[in-house]
Amino acid sequence: MAVRTVYMDHSATTPVDPRVVEAMLPYFTEVYGNSASIHRFGRAAAKALEESRRTVAAILGCHPTEIVFTGSGTESDNLALRGVAFAQRRAGRGNHLIVSSVEHHAVLNTARQLEEVFGFEVTYLPVDEYGMVNPDDVGRAIRKDTVLISVMYASNEVGTIQPIAEIARIARAKGIPFHTDAVQAGGMLDLDVNRLGVDLMTLSAHKFYGPKGVGVLYIRQGTPYLPTITGGGHERGRRAGTVNVAGIVGLATALRLAQESRESENARLRRLRDRLIQGILERVPDARLTGHPTERLPHHASFVFKGINGEELLLALDVEGIAASTGSACTSGRAEPSEVLVAMGLPHDWAIGSLRLTLGKSSTDEDIDYVLEVLPRAVARLREMQAVEV
Amino acid sequence: MTRVVVAMSGGVDSSVAAALLVEQGYEVIGIMLRLWGEGEGAGASTNRCCTLEDMELAYRVADHLGIPFYVLNVADFFKKTVVDFFIAEYLAGRTPNPCLRCNRLVRFDWLLRRALALGAEYLATGHYARVRVVDGRYQLLRGVDPHKDQSYVLAVLGQHELRHAMFPVGGYTKEEVRALARRFGLPVAEKPESQDLCFLADGDYRAFLRRHAPEALRPGPIKDTRGRILGEHQGLAFYTIGQRRGLGIAAGVPLYVVDLDPVENAVIVGTAEELGRRSCLLEGVHFVSGEFPSAPFRATVKVRYRAREIPAWIIPMPDRQARVVLDEPIRGLTPGQAAVMYDGEVVLGLGIIMRTEREPPPEVMETLAASVLA
Ligand SMILES: Cc1ncc(COP(=O)(O)O)c(C=O)c1O
Repeated sequence: MAVRTVYMDHSATTPVDPRVVEAMLPYFTEVYGNSASIHRFGRAAAKALEESRRTVAAILGCHPTEIVFTGSGTESDNLALRGVAFAQRRAGRGNHLIVSSVEHHAVLNTARQLEEVFGFEVTYLPVDEYGMVNPDDVGRAIRKDTVLISVMYASNEVGTIQPIAEIARIARAKGIPFHTDAVQAGGMLDLDVNRLGVDLMTLSAHKFYGPKGVGVLYIRQGTPYLPTITGGGHERGRRAGTVNVAGIVGLATALRLAQESRESENARLRRLRDRLIQGILERVPDARLTGHPTERLPHHASFVFKGINGEELLLALDVEGIAASTGSACTSGRAEPSEVLVAMGLPHDWAIGSLRLTLGKSSTDEDIDYVLEVLPRAVARLREMQAVEV
Repeated sequence: MTRVVVAMSGGVDSSVAAALLVEQGYEVIGIMLRLWGEGEGAGASTNRCCTLEDMELAYRVADHLGIPFYVLNVADFFKKTVVDFFIAEYLAGRTPNPCLRCNRLVRFDWLLRRALALGAEYLATGHYARVRVVDGRYQLLRGVDPHKDQSYVLAVLGQHELRHAMFPVGGYTKEEVRALARRFGLPVAEKPESQDLCFLADGDYRAFLRRHAPEALRPGPIKDTRGRILGEHQGLAFYTIGQRRGLGIAAGVPLYVVDLDPVENAVIVGTAEELGRRSCLLEGVHFVSGEFPSAPFRATVKVRYRAREIPAWIIPMPDRQARVVLDEPIRGLTPGQAAVMYDGEVVLGLGIIMRTEREPPPEVMETLAASVLA
């Protein structure tokens, strides 16, 4: 089998930090009460829940009551878009949403459903060749009936960091709620909601060494919001469902730990990443970095290689023990490029050959060396194969 | 460690092939091809191969053997190269063998290329056939089990493909392969054999054509060999050479389909005697050795997958054509089917039957006589 394994897919998910597991464990067996219960068992769980809420609120620079715990990043995005859109419509404020064209599917497909099923009008903001939104475009897209703007903080696919604070100023000036999907930024970038100026923000624990299936939705006090998961009064009526206390303790612990080591770990990742990017661009012909060269996540390297299929490259890397991901999908055997790369203006024969390598705590210089040894050969073999394709 | 890609189907043969290679110390990668099936896209696939159940089985076998397993979707390419060809051949009045085409273009081209790109040295399948190297040339041999021999559907392979081909079960009988599956503890040991074409929903090719090529339904005359009209047929594609039932005509002697005429859209019927044919013209003739002989030679010929072999003369002709003159007349010599040539256990090659004759044309007999005397 493969001589070694290298995990370079930290944007897909991360392992749970052992310290996080440790913090979570008591809440499965010892402190198992329902945080909504009045008795002492419930109170013990509620205490842990509220402590976690305070921890997260401190990092976001907001009031604890503005934090809603959810079942995933996807769920937070869904709650945010539908919640604001429906509340605004009910208040008769309008029918128009603005989202960027490079959002995660959690936002994009929700916006599409609001458009196709619920009759909202949606403007999909264009991006430049780096996948970046121009704040001027946001200003131009705003109408009298615009009720929500959503632009992601950092792109999962190409790593580009969006000018969130600038967009927020424009939205604020017009009094339009602004949501950002900060799932990829969690644990890496500044999450202070006031410096950013956002009204809603999504986080997901499993991207920063916390457990899967736990998310955060920050909702600024006073933001129009209608709950779309209805039931009991959990999370102040904003997201019904018995609260996942262990998961939330894990999320809060993980976010705190990530925040503590953020500066030093980002510097380490940035150095490794730059070695990786430079090495690949030097060794692989017809290769391009996708996303912004400097305004990008510190752990994120993404590329396109002309004339090959990203899924086939993933397979070739997996065979050699390297775990990565691609934006292209093979639904019926025909390679389909990712919508994000198409929105960035990449031609088809480049866009189908995308590769994302994302580093993390376990990444080392030896990992980079190994990828630099394997990847050029894998790309060359695929190109040879493609050259004789009829 | 030498890397081998195994084409896995979730069946006994390819599973045992994978297990044998693991046991022999190869670095094995399992790949399942997702082919095209009717109802694709509409949700569940209704074809016989690559059902979710097969995929699940192949996945479990790979897991049991501790090898990586991938499913590659080749539906578009398979539809274009195999299914559309299958339909077009029927419309042209021929009876195609899509498995040959699939082996040539899908398994041993599309997949082989991907296997090599993964750094594999070999592509292995669960076919009952063998490969032998003699003086640096690769030979394709029959499988050891005469009841399971699948060399017929592999006769399309050439030197490049055989250099990279492995047929790990070709040296065993089916019974031995089942026993091996049990010994390896594979969850597929008792799985029944499937015979039908993989992309047919219910094994009924006529119903398939009705759905996908309604133009095949064009009725036309049924004639005897002298051109007299005896009745009406439902569309050429629904008849095969040698067919006796379902003609709907009454005659004093039993009548069989002896020919399909796509130009006149006519089904030609004749007596059992008229069905017997000794000679046919082959096109797209391929030799496994890569060398096209110039002189007539002796071989045994199989004119269908399950047909008995008949000794024959093969007369090579220009433009990858050849004429086959069988030592005895046979029934069921069918345009569109492959005539595979053997020398003992060695597969020499094949050609596609294009025209058949009751007796070879006189000039062919002259060529033959001249070369036999020479
Ligand atoms: C930008 C972005 N948004 C949303 C999500 C979805 O988060 P989750 O996996 O918690 O549903 C992801 C994760 O892939 C993401 O990268």
